[in-house]
Amino acid sequence: MAAWSPLEWPVLRQFRSGDVFGRGPAVTSPTTRHIAPRTATADRVVQSVCPFCAVGCGQKIYVKDEKVVQIEGDPDSPISRGRLCPKGASSAQLVNNPLRQTAIRYRAPYATDWQDLDRDTAIDMIADRFLETRRRTWQDRDEHGRPLRRTMGIASLGGATLDNEENYLIKKLFTAAGAIQIENQARI
Amino acid sequence: MANADCIILMGGNMAEAHPVGFQWVTEAKARGARVIHIDPRFTRTSAVADRHIAIRAGSDVVLLGGLVNHVLTHDLYFREYVVAYTNAATLLGEDFRDTEDLGGLFSGFDPRTGDYDPSTWAYAHPDGRVESTGGEEHGASASARAAGDQHGSGGPALEHSTVLRDDTLQNPRTVFQVLRRHFSRYTPEMVRDMCGITLEEFEYLARSVTENSGRERTTCFGYATGWTQHTLGVQFIRTAAILQLLLGNVGRPGGGIMALRGHASIQGSTDIPTLFNLLPGYLPMPSAGLHDTLADYLEEVASPTQKGFWAYADTYTISLLKAWFGDAATADNDWAYDYLPRLNGPHGTYQTAMDMLADKVEGYFVLGQNPAVGSANGRQQRMAMSHLKWLVVRDLNLIESATWWKDGPEIASGELRTEDIGTEVFFLPAATHVEKAGSFTQTQRLLQWRHQAVEPPGQAESELDFFHELGRRIRERLAGSTDERDRPLLDLTWDYPLDEHGKPDPEAVLSEINGYHVTGPDAGRNLSSYTEMKADGSTACGCWIYTGVYAEGHNLAARRVPNGGAGIAQTEWGWAWPADRRILYNRASADPQGRPWSERKKYVWWDEQAGRWTGSDVPDFPVDRAPDARPDPDLGGAEALAGDDPFIMQSDGKGWLFAPTGLVDGPLPAHYEPQESPVRNALYPQQQAPARVLFPREDNLGAPSADEPGADVYPYVFTTYRLTEHHTAGGMSRWSPVLAELQPEMFCEVSPQLAAERGLETGGWATIVSPRSAIEARVLVTDRMRPLRINGREVHQVGLPYHWGVGTDAVVSGDAANDLLGVALDPNTQIQESKVASCDVVAGRRPHGEALLRLVRDYQLRAGATVGTDSARITDPARETVEPDPGDDEQGSVWHTRW
Ligand code: SF4
Repeated sequence: MAAWSPLEWPVLRQFRSGDVFGRGPAVTSPTTRHIAPRTATADRVVQSVCPFCAVGCGQKIYVKDEKVVQIEGDPDSPISRGRLCPKGASSAQLVNNPLRQTAIRYRAPYATDWQDLDRDTAIDMIADRFLETRRRTWQDRDEHGRPLRRTMGIASLGGATLDNEENYLIKKLFTAAGAIQIENQARI
Repeated sequence: MANADCIILMGGNMAEAHPVGFQWVTEAKARGARVIHIDPRFTRTSAVADRHIAIRAGSDVVLLGGLVNHVLTHDLYFREYVVAYTNAATLLGEDFRDTEDLGGLFSGFDPRTGDYDPSTWAYAHPDGRVESTGGEEHGASASARAAGDQHGSGGPALEHSTVLRDDTLQNPRTVFQVLRRHFSRYTPEMVRDMCGITLEEFEYLARSVTENSGRERTTCFGYATGWTQHTLGVQFIRTAAILQLLLGNVGRPGGGIMALRGHASIQGSTDIPTLFNLLPGYLPMPSAGLHDTLADYLEEVASPTQKGFWAYADTYTISLLKAWFGDAATADNDWAYDYLPRLNGPHGTYQTAMDMLADKVEGYFVLGQNPAVGSANGRQQRMAMSHLKWLVVRDLNLIESATWWKDGPEIASGELRTEDIGTEVFFLPAATHVEKAGSFTQTQRLLQWRHQAVEPPGQAESELDFFHELGRRIRERLAGSTDERDRPLLDLTWDYPLDEHGKPDPEAVLSEINGYHVTGPDAGRNLSSYTEMKADGSTACGCWIYTGVYAEGHNLAARRVPNGGAGIAQTEWGWAWPADRRILYNRASADPQGRPWSERKKYVWWDEQAGRWTGSDVPDFPVDRAPDARPDPDLGGAEALAGDDPFIMQSDGKGWLFAPTGLVDGPLPAHYEPQESPVRNALYPQQQAPARVLFPREDNLGAPSADEPGADVYPYVFTTYRLTEHHTAGGMSRWSPVLAELQPEMFCEVSPQLAAERGLETGGWATIVSPRSAIEARVLVTDRMRPLRINGREVHQVGLPYHWGVGTDAVVSGDAANDLLGVALDPNTQIQESKVASCDVVAGRRPHGEALLRLVRDYQLRAGATVGTDSARITDPARETVEPDPGDDEQGSVWHTRW
């Protein structure tokens, strides 16, 4: 810290800086003066869209050291003109939330708690169950002999929070597999 | 919305549920527009509106019908627009019978099945016979596949587009005269008695809407789930559409009816549907019996001799099959049409839950949704999941749908024991919106691309990566299979370009969705417009309405010109379907001669010199079709569109005041009371919507309605809603410390009068009891809620936010309002009625454990609630007539039974 100077005396500071009422620069601490906004120190900014409601507000994602450090409204968006509501403004917390689950959890039949599972095993187990159920519950034709080619044993719910490309792959895969009970929030 | 002169917000609370979108309402208001909020509750939307009008939940058709009647009886409709652009002048067949004739029913109702046969609703045929409506599908079948959803991008099929007209609108069989008669009983007095809206309030509303419509001015409506979540939700919106068409407020700047949808890509997940009844672009999923062959399918979906762009459904369908099955889709195998599975009944999310309870479903994927909290009759949902063999939940947080087996309400009540539940549960962490690239489609049909900012943490991954990998492994396991049923999976086009981590490139998926040339000189090139598609296998396209978003290999969803560029339509930001049009049916923004209706509302017009439509938006019309063009209607398709047929996706080019086909519960809206209501329907002897979808089951009992014995046991009306600080079932908000702190606890809003009646105090506790469950909530006594006088007696309404759920992982938890709801559905969409039901409210907390079940049971017994309650199809057979009489038709030749 710089050596103390009489000019730094608060009353003098107030007059020197033009901040006569002592509400601005005259009373900011050295720490505050040395803080730069996260938006200024970020390594990069990425344009994105709020993940909550269907207004579709523009977001700017500020990234530093491969971590999201701040999310702001995008002033360029003709929809939102830089604004975000409390949900959109809190979305950095959605990403960096300490409560967020980042590990796969598995609950065995009749078990009272979770256990860990690696991704490979988890997807293999799901693929096995998918095919077993499909085999067991396959319906070739209805009672009039008309084609059905489907399984009523596999259902899915969700999509309104997902990307178009994701919904596309989900619908494509399930339809090819003959699973038809595919639904999302739009039904609700 | 910013261009409107009057904005009516109804069935929603835009300022709190769509806060940033609401700035455009504020902007319109600053420019002098009048804003009126119609809602059971006074909310922040009401606070900044010119006026709030309190309405009884579920009575919206009475109010909107009252406005229609007002416009018709006082000759306030926009005559030129109505005659030229709507089906007002079209003649109906002689067999049609209205609710006026049959005591509240339309012709064609079968009380045994609860379905309409819509054949008598058709237009009169030019040579005297009744116009046939495409495949003559019966209402039961159409309802079961929620066929109403198909019209997300255009109207239903007519056999062809030649109709009989009377442009004087005088013939009693014109749609216009039928409308007049139908709505005549929707008087201001009826509005007063059924909605609780005073004559003065009605007069103010009617004046505001009509004075702000016409050549110079436009009025727009905004709605949310307050309109959709009813047993006649579609008819709520239909009534508004009729009003807007009569006033000339469709296809023009500042007009329209805006759906204010609630999820980032709920529009996208309807367009590219993770829905049982649809294929991408609102093509229907094939149904057994109706669509057994590709030829049957194409014939039923759209007749090539109808007008407009649905006539090319064959090109959309075959291009989709080409996109999915590649080289395996050939002309010889009908483009692999047989690879598609078939529906034969309603397979919606509620039917699926009930199938789980019947042990018919073994495996369930739950992807970024929380049915344990967010679906109606939450107990039924959770009990259903306990019957599964395996459950995969993919989410950011350990939501209640992933943890019900250890900390759900049924564990607490003793109905389920963790050690007895055999369900295997996989929880897979998902990526957030910044950890993957992709597009969302927001509520105005605008696709916006998100760039990836960072990698997902730990084992988290996107749905794209997960499903791509799952598909890969499933195909790997089936490799070499000779079983014919595995062909679709093995022939599926699944080779997306991978990045260095082996993850598929989302842009490559968007490119397939957009479509490309398969063969010919342009092979591999992306399509620019859906009009380029062919039915000969030379084009492939994953979703025809999205064609153009990746034109020439450019990702237009990623366009980010600040403020969307200079024009009023702001087209250089993202990409809107279809064909980047911002206002649909915008040909209607010009008069029949092609001139703007007024300088003030100029938008798209005919440029005589250039011989083209031009203006601020992409014209939603064949660009060189002159206003006075009158091609032979039998040409079919876009060729048949006359120069004054602005509604290019409708099979006759007109806006439908009367829906001759396409709806399963009536060609016109009629008011019926909600499934549960303490009020008797004063419009018709028929109490509830006759064609609603019912589930009379012990786990879904209803409260007695109107003045039936036991109705006083559940005397109050409740409605559910959202808060600004939370998001639906809370999966993305109750885990956020900031949002949880802003809205920590479940509460109920009650009026001071109801508080006095039940001894409730602000900050204290109340228990709310329905025939399904009992929940507790903190009390908020507020004059934002006020009792309404309905038919001479006082009706109290209770407001319940629905964001909380019972679990232990979230920052905040609480009882779930949706547990109170029963399941009764709109037959057009299979959407549940969750915006109105009956309850009782008592002071104090609810009991726990078995005592809770006893409390709910005691109420049911006192009310005499059984599976028969509210389940009658016809309320008063003596005063209602079923026509034609199905009595002696036992063979089922006309009447199919409901699946
Ligand atoms: S910031 Fe708020 S209003 Fe905007 S999209 Fe997100 S949730 Fe909706």
